[in-house]
Amino acid sequence: MAESVCRSLRDGALEGELAPTLTIKDSLASPFGFNVFSHILVQLSSQIVAGKSQSQGMVIVALSRSPSSYIDLLKMNGVDVESSKKWIHILDCYTDPLGWKDKTRKSGDITDPSNQILSSYKTVKDVNRLFSVICDLGRGLVGGSKSRFCVAIDSLSELLRHSSVQSVASLLSNLRSHEQISCIFGLLHSDLHEERAVAAVEYTSSMVASVDPFHHSVDGQGSNLGNSSRQNLTKGKFNVRSKRRNGRVRVTCEEFRVEPSGISFAPVSSVDGAAVAVAGLIPKVQFNLQLSEKERVDRSRVVLPFEHQGTGKPIQIYDGRRSLEDSNNEATPISGGKKEDSGRGEIIYYRDSDDEMPDSDEDPDDDLDI
Amino acid sequence: MEQQGLDLMDQALGFHSNKAQQQPWPLCGRFVLVEDCVDTSGAFVLHHILKRSFTSHPSSAVIFLAFANPINHYDRVLRKLGCNLASQRDTGRFFFLDMLMLQCPVEGEPNHDGLAAVFEKIERVINELSPENKKFVTVIVDDISCLELAANGSSNDVLDFLHYCYTLTSENGYALVALNHQDIYSDGERPAFKLEIEYLADILVKVDPLATGLAKDVHGQVMVLNKETQKQHGISSIKVNNFHFKIKENNTEYFYAGTRT
Repeated sequence: MAESVCRSLRDGALEGELAPTLTIKDSLASPFGFNVFSHILVQLSSQIVAGKSQSQGMVIVALSRSPSSYIDLLKMNGVDVESSKKWIHILDCYTDPLGWKDKTRKSGDITDPSNQILSSYKTVKDVNRLFSVICDLGRGLVGGSKSRFCVAIDSLSELLRHSSVQSVASLLSNLRSHEQISCIFGLLHSDLHEERAVAAVEYTSSMVASVDPFHHSVDGQGSNLGNSSRQNLTKGKFNVRSKRRNGRVRVTCEEFRVEPSGISFAPVSSVDGAAVAVAGLIPKVQFNLQLSEKERVDRSRVVLPFEHQGTGKPIQIYDGRRSLEDSNNEATPISGGKKEDSGRGEIIYYRDSDDEMPDSDEDPDDDLDI
Repeated sequence: MEQQGLDLMDQALGFHSNKAQQQPWPLCGRFVLVEDCVDTSGAFVLHHILKRSFTSHPSSAVIFLAFANPINHYDRVLRKLGCNLASQRDTGRFFFLDMLMLQCPVEGEPNHDGLAAVFEKIERVINELSPENKKFVTVIVDDISCLELAANGSSNDVLDFLHYCYTLTSENGYALVALNHQDIYSDGERPAFKLEIEYLADILVKVDPLATGLAKDVHGQVMVLNKETQKQHGISSIKVNNFHFKIKENNTEYFYAGTRT
């Protein structure tokens, strides 16, 4: 649920625990991840300003959107960005991530010195330095060692493009372990990376929210929005998987709708909505793997070939061509030697239970009587 | 602006027939990505936008980065469409950056900043524009696949370069138009390169052959995906237009499927 995700981020980290981390995952089939990211950004910012969250400040690492767009977003949603108590800082990794513009800018420094909430960062490939800069900026916002701040990374995909999976995973781990970081959330485009990269980021997150299309396309060409149904253009499914401290995993599913004013969430609208999320986890097969009562009884009655009947009589080998009564009249000399008298070696086979499963630990050839 | 009817391509790109609604250049601040394939070239879309950009506003300017063809090629094509590139160049509205011989230094060599130098050149051209021509600037890249060749196959460098060009749209309100050959990247080791650029694009124009094969009167189909992006919130609505086209000597006709007998 989007509400519970926002609540987890608002409540933040417990003493001595890793900070809750949310990865928002989308793909070109439903490219609304940024809408979710902005929604959470606005919610958390309002709570910070109102003093209702554990975080007292926020550092936004802007890689795929300009810092001014975030300032406009917050202003449009009534969040006071220019309050006297500075609570937000935007690290601009968007305008000049590699320092190319330094060569042409005559003034050199494009940061407006009067703008207190913006810093530019021009070495986006240096993830270690990025970590130190984020921590310094956060400490500058909230001060003392007991106060915490949160971190928003608008494109983990951009970070993965500029550096290795290991660097990004270790950045997230280091941020999570930092004693002053309350929570972290970031956006990842899952179709841009190998599965192992996406898995690495998911492992370092305590919550993974997938933005999925409303209808999955049947053929393989559906990765492009243009090929998908009309409904996929405005709404989709919001699946959240959160890891609890005790190891339990909670999965929820909602529908979202994209509007000019933002994004809205609602419970899944189908009739068996509650079962949809759970049903989605169980693979659908065409046949029933369970046994009914009658089938269980019938199975216990089946006479297995080559198995000792255990009655002391000569072993009847049922070869499938005749009924059991007919073969009773014949003595099979093959097995005769085995069960003559107790003086010689004898194999007596006792079944442990009537419904012993075929794949038990015993040597499956034990019951052969050849 | 020219008094002529808007065709389907114009409408799909955001031109409105109602003059009151229309901005002078609706591609301002947007990145248009044209994807084509071997069977159907999408160059006609670039030519269409190039011509429209001159007619949109008397003080618009175009910076054309040519990796695929020399200027004479575009001169001939646009002349057939009724546009004189030479006179636009003389009046300071058309800047042709010939990148055909560009070969970036290999990584590790000194001055390994080949594409950074190209971006620097673009910025220099922009700085030298007269103030009235700076408002409606369109940067056109033809094409991304050749750009990647010039960058020694480094798709990361190409993506960095496109990111920097994209910042021109958000910081200065310029338009960015680029052509990419989708079938080079659609399968194999690097589908992510094509997808990265598709994520960046505000308007995606996909040119494909007809599913039924070659035809005399219909040369292919176009899908225009126009993301109404509010830069703050993200995508607010998506409009998809599908239609067919026929390339003629002096223009291109666009029509809905099945409306041609």
